Amino acid sequence: MGYYILFLPLAASIISGFFGKLIGDKASQLVTSLFVSISAFLSIIVLYNVIATGYSENLIIATWINSGSLNVNWSVNIDPLSAVMLVVVTLVSAIVHIYSIGYMSHDPHKSRFMSYLSLFTFAMLTLVTSDNFIQLFFGWEGVGLCSYFLIGFWFKKESANKAAIKAFIVNRVGDFGFALGIFLIFYLFGTVNYNEVFQQIPNILDKKLNFLGFNINSVDLICLLLFVGAMGKSAQFLLHTWLPDAMEGPTPVSALIHAATMVTAGVFLVVRCSPIYEYSELALSVVTIIGMVTAIFAASVALVQTDIKKIIAYSTCSQLGYMFFAAGVGAYNVAMFHLFTHAFFKALLFLGSGSVIHSFKDEQNINLMGGVWKKLPYTYSLMIIGTLALTGFPLLSGFYSKDAIIEFAYLSGNNVGTYAAYIGIFTAFLTSIYSWRLIFKTFHGTYNNSEINIDSMHESPPTMLIPLIVLAIGAIFAGMLFKDLFIGKELSYAFWNSSIKFLEPLSTDHPPNWFLFLTPSLVVISIPLSFYLFVRNLSVVDEIVKINKPLYIFLKKKWYFDELYDFIFVNPSKRIGKFLWKQIDGSVIDRFGPDGISKVIKNFSARAVKFQSGYIYQYAFIMLLGFSVLLTLLILV
Amino acid sequence: MDFPIISSLIILPTIGALFILFTKSSNSKYQSSKYVALFISLANFILSIYLWLIFDKSSINFQFVENREWLSGFIDYKVGVDGISILFILLTTFITPICVISVISTIKHRLKDFLIAILIMETLMIGVFCSLDLIIFYLFFEGGLIPMFLIIGIWGGERRVYSAFKFFLYTLLGSVLMLIAIISIYWISGTTDVEKLYEIGIGEQYQKLLWLAFFSSFAVKTPMWPVHTWLPDAHVEAPTAGSVLLAAILLKMAGYGFIRFSVGLFPIASEYFVPLVFALSLIAIIYTSLVALMQEDMKKLIAYSSVAHMGFVTLGIFTMTQQGIEGSIFQMISHGLVSAALFLSVGVVYDRNHTRLIKKYGGLVTVMPKYGIVFMIFALGSLGLPGTSGFIGEFLILMGTFKKSFLVATIASLGVILGAAYILWMYKRVVFGEIIHEEIKSMKDLKKFELLILLLLAIPIIFFGLYPEPLINSIETSVTSLIDNYNTNLTQSFAKK
Repeated sequence: MGYYILFLPLAASIISGFFGKLIGDKASQLVTSLFVSISAFLSIIVLYNVIATGYSENLIIATWINSGSLNVNWSVNIDPLSAVMLVVVTLVSAIVHIYSIGYMSHDPHKSRFMSYLSLFTFAMLTLVTSDNFIQLFFGWEGVGLCSYFLIGFWFKKESANKAAIKAFIVNRVGDFGFALGIFLIFYLFGTVNYNEVFQQIPNILDKKLNFLGFNINSVDLICLLLFVGAMGKSAQFLLHTWLPDAMEGPTPVSALIHAATMVTAGVFLVVRCSPIYEYSELALSVVTIIGMVTAIFAASVALVQTDIKKIIAYSTCSQLGYMFFAAGVGAYNVAMFHLFTHAFFKALLFLGSGSVIHSFKDEQNINLMGGVWKKLPYTYSLMIIGTLALTGFPLLSGFYSKDAIIEFAYLSGNNVGTYAAYIGIFTAFLTSIYSWRLIFKTFHGTYNNSEINIDSMHESPPTMLIPLIVLAIGAIFAGMLFKDLFIGKELSYAFWNSSIKFLEPLSTDHPPNWFLFLTPSLVVISIPLSFYLFVRNLSVVDEIVKINKPLYIFLKKKWYFDELYDFIFVNPSKRIGKFLWKQIDGSVIDRFGPDGISKVIKNFSARAVKFQSGYIYQYAFIMLLGFSVLLTLLILV
Repeated sequence: MDFPIISSLIILPTIGALFILFTKSSNSKYQSSKYVALFISLANFILSIYLWLIFDKSSINFQFVENREWLSGFIDYKVGVDGISILFILLTTFITPICVISVISTIKHRLKDFLIAILIMETLMIGVFCSLDLIIFYLFFEGGLIPMFLIIGIWGGERRVYSAFKFFLYTLLGSVLMLIAIISIYWISGTTDVEKLYEIGIGEQYQKLLWLAFFSSFAVKTPMWPVHTWLPDAHVEAPTAGSVLLAAILLKMAGYGFIRFSVGLFPIASEYFVPLVFALSLIAIIYTSLVALMQEDMKKLIAYSSVAHMGFVTLGIFTMTQQGIEGSIFQMISHGLVSAALFLSVGVVYDRNHTRLIKKYGGLVTVMPKYGIVFMIFALGSLGLPGTSGFIGEFLILMGTFKKSFLVATIASLGVILGAAYILWMYKRVVFGEIIHEEIKSMKDLKKFELLILLLLAIPIIFFGLYPEPLINSIETSVTSLIDNYNTNLTQSFAKK
């Protein structure tokens, strides 16, 4: 079954990629959607088996690399962790495939698009079902590649191409750390297979290494290097700059890759490596800190953006931050739970915004929308469900997962965790504000678009709405239904089994009651507050902006990260490259090297030519001179 | 004595070349020459596949050895293969027919001579990879320059004389030193037979100087920083097939030489000079990647990227680890395929639009979608995406390097980021975007033969990326024995002190 789950999307991709022209767009869309749906169906069966019977299996497909002591296999490794990921990936992917049939109906390159989507699904599956770090890396860069293709799907748009390259390069920076982590693992253990590595970790706890002048514990170093990779893929603070730009891609892509699946790979990596992270307090603190900084940073930026997709992108960034700080305080299962619920409501929000953009004929600026909730009733209500779930409105899925994160952070018993809990609460409040701002500006207030007549506004086709409904069901019930299984006090340990390691079981204490009520009440209060700010009395916001102009611009410019990186990395690289080329290669090496030598030879031969004057007496004179010198030497010696 | 398969491999292309030389050229289309060249190069490829199949991968000895007296008591004609050389022979016999196809479909001017040059080149390259005598090796090694020199000089671009001359000057210096070193070895040891030299070893006191002499020749041909500046010029002026031969095979002679001679004959000196090689390799990787980023000419960009990729090769060899050396050999084969493919890809658009300047293109994918796909595969191979052969080589090299030095591996890994940057940026400017130049609109997509040769290169790039076992398997034993031999030498030398 594992094989089918994995290879059906690949087959779909090959069929529609290479034979798309032959079989036509309709057939491509059908084949890819069907194959991925079967894959999703099988994944659900697998997850069911895992839950019911504790099924786990490692299917070895073939040898991949075999060099000296390095042995790497292609494998399909199914355990509770990968089973959960299988379901998330294939289910959202199947939904997005179907949605794309409607969304891309006016695009001339349908089969290419479907092929990329399926290929992405395959790459993501190889990532989650690996039994070793190198296949993981294969999937890791593979999804990055598909993301590159899909961000730049509209290849005529300069901005899309730029965003695609930026995503790839920034991810490569993360992968640089990740690869070093893998090298270090191989260096220490002589293997890259999860099980063999995880078993040996307790043996090297005291081993110190000198890495680039730092004397550091080897376990800490492994974790930190791997985390650099996770930061890149999951767009965490410092390596986040590619994610908002990635919104240049078609919206279904944003839903699948940049919300539900690929960007969560970093979280998956940390959870997968919990048997290593558990032994590194330092790395866990770093994970927590980066997570919480990202959560609040991204939320702050999301407050002032005007592009509907960018707001959701920053929101994703922020939610990923939550997942990381959950993992950082040792609550890996809670991180996975949030990953699971987030996949539903964030995909729902993205696809919903896609429906809005579709109706507004590719307009993405929320200032040019408004007042259309009656025109788009289904989209509107589905988006409301997504927003409620995201903000953690009681009883919806985000409520269970996000509040659990905040609680466990609070209970973690260390300072970093406590800070993370408070920042988590504050971020939840910000999340709520920016999410409702998006809803109110998009659907309420006055209609602000002068180019499109409001009467021509119409709801999206059923192929787009039905997938949304499936996701909405997930967004409502996923939390409630899976809470006990994922994070329940007894059940969850049995479920996760050995796929997540807890050195000590998570705290079973209850946080104080006021604490439990704090987040939900903030979330509930923020709804009327936002309504007042963004619909009723717009002047208040203007006033706030006017007073805090520098802060507003700072946020609007996304904390100036792009400018900073251009200044530090991009422009100097270009300048240095040009300098080395023109000055060093040209003016030094060539000038004193080959060009210099040839000049010397030329000069020399020019002079030598003068000797060949053709006058016999000159030659005779030179001969005589030479002969006498030789003779003198012989006599002297 | 058995069928002399190695000599057949060496001599067959020359026979083909003679055949072409003496056929009447009255037919202005050179039909017969085309068929002969194609047939001979394919036959040689099949013969080398056969050799690979019957080759015993578990033996550490040289196989199919032929030893004939040439100048009695002084030089023997001795050839043979081990797991390492056999891959390079395969690479040569695989690339040659591709070059032939490319040449017979694109070159109009003095086609016959071009085919002769390619076939002679094949003879010499195969000779390099299976020589087991230093003198024979030297002859093949330096002889290989002559056809290349002619290819650039006759079929090259406007500045071909300058480039050919620069190419010549650089290589001359190294060659002379290597020749002196080989003669010294004969004086010291009384033989130039490589197998015997492996056995008896070369005195420690001589090793450093000899190593430097060989190094100066190999460094130029690799090319390593700072003696690399001939390569971009040579590539820019060379015709497409010339660039392919140069990048895919000629550059590999030096890498092969490092493994077979520098490491094999002078282990103690090699160990001593590791820091030097590491430093130069790192500079090559970072420096030329940055330079590649700023190139305006596609061929120059790929040429600079070759220097960076060969930097990984030299780095890997001198890690003296199983992963490092195997990675280096793999990287050379992979780079042979990828760089050949990239140069052919540039050739495709150059034939249509007669410029290699990046800014003269843009939006090609609209008119040439097939081209867009294959070119992308090669770009990905170049940046070392997992699943392409480029990844296996680079990753193994870095793994090996990491065992030796964290710092070196870290700096080298930075090159992987830059490697993605320059190639994707070029691809974007050439293939994606709106069409801004009118000429582009009339460009036709790949012709059948172009698609054929590019696919022939794309398939192994992907296949060996997913399943490198056949290649790694055939070098495993030889590399292990090389490293064992190296370590024994070091321990003995250490014990003496």
